Order: sequence, then C-alpha cells, then structure tokens
Amino acid sequence: MSTPYTLNQYPWWKYLLIGLVMLWGLIFALPNLFGEDPAVQISGARANIAIDAAFQNRVAALIDAEKLPHKRLELEEGRLLIRFPDTEVQLKAADILKDQLGRDYIVALNLASSAPGFLRAMGLNPMYLGLDLRGGVHFLMQVDMDATIKQIEDSYVDEVRVQLRTEKVQYSSVGRPASGGVQVEFKDAAERDKAAAVLRKNLPSLEQTALDPLGLKLSLREPEIKEKRDFALQQNITTLRNRVNELGVAEPIIQQQGSDRIVVQLPGVQDTARAKEILGATATLEFRLADEENDWNQAATTGRAPLNSRLYKDREGRPVLLQKRVMLTGDSIVDASSGIEQQNGSPAVYVTLDGKGAKRMEDATKDNIGKRMGVVFIENKTETKRVDGELKKTAYTVEEVINVAVIRDRLGRRFQITGLDSTREARDLALLLRAGALASPIEIIEERTVGPSAGKENIAQGFRAAAISLLVIAVFMTLRYKNFGLIATAALAANVVLLIAALSMLQATLTLPGIAGIVLTMGMAVDANVLIYERIREELRNGNSPQAAIHAGFDRAFDTILDSNLTTLIAAIMLFGFGTGPIKGFAVTLSIGILTSMFTAVTGSRALVNLIYGGRKLQKLTV
Amino acid sequence: MGRFSLYNTNIDFLRWRQLAMIWSVTVLLIAVGSLLIRGMSLGLDFTGGTVIEVQYPQPVEIPKVRETLARAGFGDAQTQHFGTARDVLIRIPPREQGNAATLSNDVLHALQGAEGGAGATLARAEFVGPQVGQELVEQGGLAALGALAGILLYVMFRFEWRLAVGTIAATVHDVIFTVGWFSLFQIEFDLTVLAAVLAVIGYSVNDTVVVLDRIRENFRKRRKGSAMEIMNASINETLSRTIMTSVATLLSVIVLYFLGGVVMHGFSIAMIVGILVGTYSSIYIASATALYLGVSREDLLPRAKETADDRP
Repeated sequence: MSTPYTLNQYPWWKYLLIGLVMLWGLIFALPNLFGEDPAVQISGARANIAIDAAFQNRVAALIDAEKLPHKRLELEEGRLLIRFPDTEVQLKAADILKDQLGRDYIVALNLASSAPGFLRAMGLNPMYLGLDLRGGVHFLMQVDMDATIKQIEDSYVDEVRVQLRTEKVQYSSVGRPASGGVQVEFKDAAERDKAAAVLRKNLPSLEQTALDPLGLKLSLREPEIKEKRDFALQQNITTLRNRVNELGVAEPIIQQQGSDRIVVQLPGVQDTARAKEILGATATLEFRLADEENDWNQAATTGRAPLNSRLYKDREGRPVLLQKRVMLTGDSIVDASSGIEQQNGSPAVYVTLDGKGAKRMEDATKDNIGKRMGVVFIENKTETKRVDGELKKTAYTVEEVINVAVIRDRLGRRFQITGLDSTREARDLALLLRAGALASPIEIIEERTVGPSAGKENIAQGFRAAAISLLVIAVFMTLRYKNFGLIATAALAANVVLLIAALSMLQATLTLPGIAGIVLTMGMAVDANVLIYERIREELRNGNSPQAAIHAGFDRAFDTILDSNLTTLIAAIMLFGFGTGPIKGFAVTLSIGILTSMFTAVTGSRALVNLIYGGRKLQKLTV
Repeated sequence: MGRFSLYNTNIDFLRWRQLAMIWSVTVLLIAVGSLLIRGMSLGLDFTGGTVIEVQYPQPVEIPKVRETLARAGFGDAQTQHFGTARDVLIRIPPREQGNAATLSNDVLHALQGAEGGAGATLARAEFVGPQVGQELVEQGGLAALGALAGILLYVMFRFEWRLAVGTIAATVHDVIFTVGWFSLFQIEFDLTVLAAVLAVIGYSVNDTVVVLDRIRENFRKRRKGSAMEIMNASINETLSRTIMTSVATLLSVIVLYFLGGVVMHGFSIAMIVGILVGTYSSIYIASATALYLGVSREDLLPRAKETADDRP
C-alpha cells in the first residue's frame, strides 16, 4: 500500500465532474419546485380558427365580465392559456367559456407549470404526473378483430359471387362457414377447376384449398389479415382522436397497445360518463349530389339553403350545398383504402360497394357525369347535461362534408376518389369512410378513474411519506455513523435530486407506486454507504491507519455493492417488461434510483469523504 | 440509540441450522397449505370487476349505502368504509350482462340521487374486464419467474453453483412466505403488491449476495477452519451491515405504511414482511443450503489458470 498521505484524494477533474453532474441535476429538478396552476386551455376546433391577440382580448373581456379572478393569459402557438388561483374558479371559467365560445373552440382543463418562462424555453419541465396523481381517466379499449375479419370475408363472399357470375361459372352456393374464410360448392369438378382458375386470376390475394367432394375454400393470407387488422386499429385511433379533441382535454394520450388495443388517457377529465358517451358515438355516411344551381357562399351568408338542398360545412368550415336526396348510405360500402393512382401517381382512395349499392350508384351517376358529389360524415352523439338540477340526456348529430369530388364516369362497384392534396389526406379520407361504414366494434375493457381531489391527496401523501422517510433515515444514519452518517445523508439527498432530474428529463410518468419506488430506493441506497462504513470500521479494528481504512473500505465494498445493485436491477427490469401502467412507474423509479444511487453513494460520498478527510494526517477516525 | 455493539460477535448461527430448517419447512408448509386451502384474496386487477370509491361531504352509514345500491339493482355490491367514515368503497363483481363500462357512472348516479348523497363525489373508479385480469395474472407470474431466472443466471455466473442454489432457495422461500402471509391473513393481493413481491425478490437477493460475497472472500483468505466455521464468521462479520440496512429499509417502508395512504398499505405490508424474512433467509436458508450441498474451500478458490491470465 502506498503512503496514506496521497490516499483519498481525487484529481480536480473528478470533483469538477461530480459538481457538473449535480449542477445538471439541480437545473433539471428545478421546475418541480414551482408547482402547477389550474388553467384553462383554448384551442381552435379546426385549423382555420385563429387564436390571436384579438381572440385573447375577447376571452379576457369574457372573464372580466364574470369577475373571475385569474393570474394571467398566455398566448402560445395555436392556444390560449388562462391561469387561475384555484380549481373552483377554473371549473367555473371553463363552463362559461365553453358556453360562450361554442363548438368552434376546444376548451380544456389543464395543469400548467408555474415555472418561469425561461425554464420552459430551455425545455425544462417538471415531472410528468400519472393519472393517479393528477386525476383523470384511463381507458383500455379493445377492437373486435374477429368482427373486422368477418366483415372483410363477407365482402369477399359478395365479390366471389359476382366474379363467378360474370365468368359464367356454375356453382351451387357461396358462403362464409363458421370456421371463417369463404366456401364455394360446385355441382361438378370441371366447374370447380374453372372457378379456381377465374378466382386465381381475379382475386389473387386469396389462398385456395380444394375441399372434398366438390368444394373450394378461399382464405385470406396472413399479410392481408395483418394489414386489415392494422388498418382497423389505425382507423379507430383516428376516430378516437377526433372525438377526444371535442372532449376538451389538454394533453390526451391515445396510443396503440399490443396488436388490437388502444389506450386512451384523459388527464383532468372528471365527467367520465360524458367521456364514454363521446368516445362511444356511432357514425354513418351519406353520398349526396352537389347542388350545382345555387351559389354556395351566398347560401352560407344568408344561412338559408335553397329548396331541395341542404347546407353543410366541410372540415375547413367552408360552406357546401348538397341535394336533399341521398344517393347512397355508408351501409353499401364494403371497403375503402388509400393508395397511389397508377396513371399519374397522385394519391387516391379506392371504394368498393356491395351489389345493391353498386346498382344504385350506377343509376345515380350515369346521368350526372361532370357534376359533383359530396360525402357527409354523420356522428350520432348523446350528451348528458344538468338542466334545472336534473340530469338530461340529449341526442344530437354532427354532420360534416369530408369530400367533394367531380363524377368523371359512371361509377360502379369499384371507384376511386382522386384530386386529393396528399397521401395523408387520402389516408384520412379512407379512414373516415371506413369509420362511417365499417367501424370495427370497440369495447372498453379497463377503466381507471381518479378524481382530481383524490389525485391531489395521493401526491401530497406520497411526497410527505418520501420527505419523512428521508428524515428518518438521516437521523438513523447520523446516530450510528456520526459525521459519516451526515455524508451518507448528503449522498441520499443528492440521489433524490438526480432521480427527480432524470424523471423530469425523460418525462417518464410518475405514479403513486413510482413514489413508493422512490421511498424504497432511499432505504436501499443507504445500503451502499452502510457496506462502505462497516468495512471502514472493520479495517480500523484490524489496526489499519484511518486513511488506509477509508481507502480499503471504499475499495473492497465496491464489488459487493455492484453485485447487490445489479440483482435488484434485474428484478426492476423484469417488472418494467411485464408490468403495465402504474407498475411500470414503480419499475422506472426503482431502476433509475438504483443507477443514481450507485453514483451518489459511491462516487459522491467518496468525494465528500476525500474533501473532508483526504490529504491530511488523521490520528483518529470516528465512523 | 447509542452505540450498540455488533462487533466481534461470535454467534454460532449455523449450529441451529437444523432447527431453522425445521422452522422454515414448517412455515412454508403452512404458507403453501393456506394457498391451497384458503387461496388468495385477489384484488380487482386480477379478478376483474368494478371498484368505486365515493367521498361524501359528511360521514355516511354503510347500511344506508347498501340499501340505496340494492334498490338501484346492485345487490351484489360489497360496501365498506375506506380510510374515514366519509369515504365508501364499493366493489361489484364481474357481470355477464350489461355494459360493465358504464357501471361506475350508474352507481354514482344512484348514490347521488339518494337522500344525503347530493354532495357525493367520485374519488376513484376502476373497471377491469375479465380478459384483462387473466392477462395480468399471466404477466405477473411471468415477471416473477423472469426475475428469478435472471437473478439465478447472474448468481451462477458470479458465484459457485452451490451458493447460487442457496440464493435461489432463500429467494423462493421469501416469495412463498410473503405470498403465504397474504393468503393466511386474507389481505388483498393486487398489482402494487405484486410489484412489492418483485422488489422483495430484488431485496432478498441483494441481502444474500452480501453475505455470500463475504463467505467467498473468507474462504479464499483463511487457511484454517472448517466450512462451517468460515461461514459462521462471515455471517458475524456482515451482521451489523445486515441489521443496519434492514432497519433503514424497514424504516422507510414503515413510514410509507403510515403516511402513504390506504392505497399503499398492501405494498408496505408485503415489503415489511419481505424484508424481515429476507434478512432471516440470507443467514439461514442461503448459507445453510450451501453447507448442506457440501461447499468447500476448493470450490471457491479461483482456478489457477484464470488467476494467471488475470495478471496484468
């Protein structure tokens, strides 16, 4: 062993490095100190609704008229944020604004960080609180994929029938057996061979299997099934997203989970009944011919539609006049998909109709070539409102024109809609067409709602538990290890700061079990210090000099610390991999806590010990 | 607290290893027996169903709430106070018919309509469909098995196989004990408790590894002494650390039990039980199993060739 004097001294860059890490931690943890303001966030329901200074003045006037105390209004990119002193005023203001501003605006409740603007400008945010801490609803929804595949197979039954008829192949029956797929029965083998050849040519995507004695089974291939399932899921996500917008939620989360599920998280939503009503709305479609004889804008300004016509708005809010007579409803659509048109490479939507629908379409379009046709998307919704103290359910519909296109030809079973601006627009249109015609049944399979006051209580209890636990451990460690106990406490506090900084930076969701994870990490993080200090005591008892004992203590305890932390990390990672929701939050804080505690309890406390004891002659050391 | 002396202890822990084994086996049999006979009181996460927590502005009597619910068609609901007399927890078992998703709203509506219920607010509502519950059971089991397998691999890689088997025996012991405790006292076992059990696995192994590390070190360092003597010495040397860490972790979890709210009770109980048995099992199960398996100095010495290669 070298001379004790040079032991226990870190080179200057090591102190600097530790200092920098701590500085980073303090900066990233800083936004959490400021708390959050209850706020109301207003954004436009459509892209063309301006949220500007004029709008800000209008809202300010509305709030002042009601004498609602508020902190300030902030105009940000496409949204207006109004901060209030408490939730009671916030809720009142949201109700008033919703009534006054109407359906053109989305009025949402939000918790806005009250950290100063420069921190937010630097991209520093407080920890992202889970629903159990801020209140809100979590839904897990399942898309009924069997029904989706059945719909597709049913449409193939129709298609096969048409193909065989056009090619004059004799068959006795076409149907969808309970086991799935499409089954065709024939009277003789020759016809079956003929049918097989026709279908192979015209419906190459179907896999054929000959059945005894005279049957032919057609089934979807894996890639097509997968594609259809993905599409059904995406379509539902798009529909849900549109509806959530209307619900007025500041930071909704709508994402895919697994192959057939969708997670919807609506922070701050209190009225779960209304949320379910809106998310569960049903949609239908109508095809109508455009009114070519009257001026659409004029009808919009007078607000009066000519006889035999109806006035609609498109998605951008522009007026559209369509004939009252419905050409076709969404029931007739068997498929809608987006793609690229072969001839000029522009985005297109391909629509397939069933037999009856095709006939109606042909009749309606043959005399109207060159005229326009509109597609109306209709959502049937119910709304429960408190009227004179009684809950009343009212049904209403929202109608919107999602596409207007010129009829270029007589339209039949399959037609395409072109002239779309982008592939994205084509995709959205296809999704909406399907949403109105072939919505896959969707079901809520899990719900977790936490009321806002319960959320507040949870976070208060969680933080109090964490603070007291830190205090108790500090007292315990100091009683036992004196100065070294204080160093361990400093390391523990540094660990909490780094943990909060890491959670803020990653914007990982903090849940109540996550706070339990923080508390547990505190208990376990001192283990490293206990190991080191006990080792130092042992070395001292074995007659080593204080400096040598410190050195050996840190050195020899390290292997053990590494082993024990790695094993806990394995358990935490397994939890993360298999856990869901709040449990994931526990795994995240536990894993990050283990990593940060390795740094603070070993490197951090070593630096403090070196600063205090290192580089000088020690006669006696009390650990 | 003063300076309690845990040094130079020379407790002959392993002398009582047979007694400890008998005790452990008995306790484990009780735990397994309880699991088989009484089963687990599984929480909503695993069984499916609906839980609604309602907060009243004034204290409310449970029989009245029950009556209101029965009149509204929720006769199968279980009702109890939760925390205070103003909070009511209502459980409704999974239903075959009806729209389970709107159940919570219907219940709240019924309660608000009843006498004295005007100010009742929804504090928490959870609905778990049967298919989700089944999946959570499977995933939870997989997570526990995965954690055990991962740790086993790590310990096998780091230690000699006898010590690894000892570690796993100790960990399995702790898991069965903790889960058995929940079964015996019929404490509700939900997702957070499952998370606690996995944390117990981590903690138990952590605790065991420290003792094993010292055993390995002492086998290499000391020339004299039987395997049992060396193991005893190692346990004694690490005793103060074992107790310090256990107490520190216990303290933090006890604080969580009292201050973390009712939701954290199950979690804290599992951790408290787990830490206590985890400490015991590091001493008696892990070391004693390795001893039974016949661990000896030769097994733990680094192989000659490796040491030669390791030198810079």
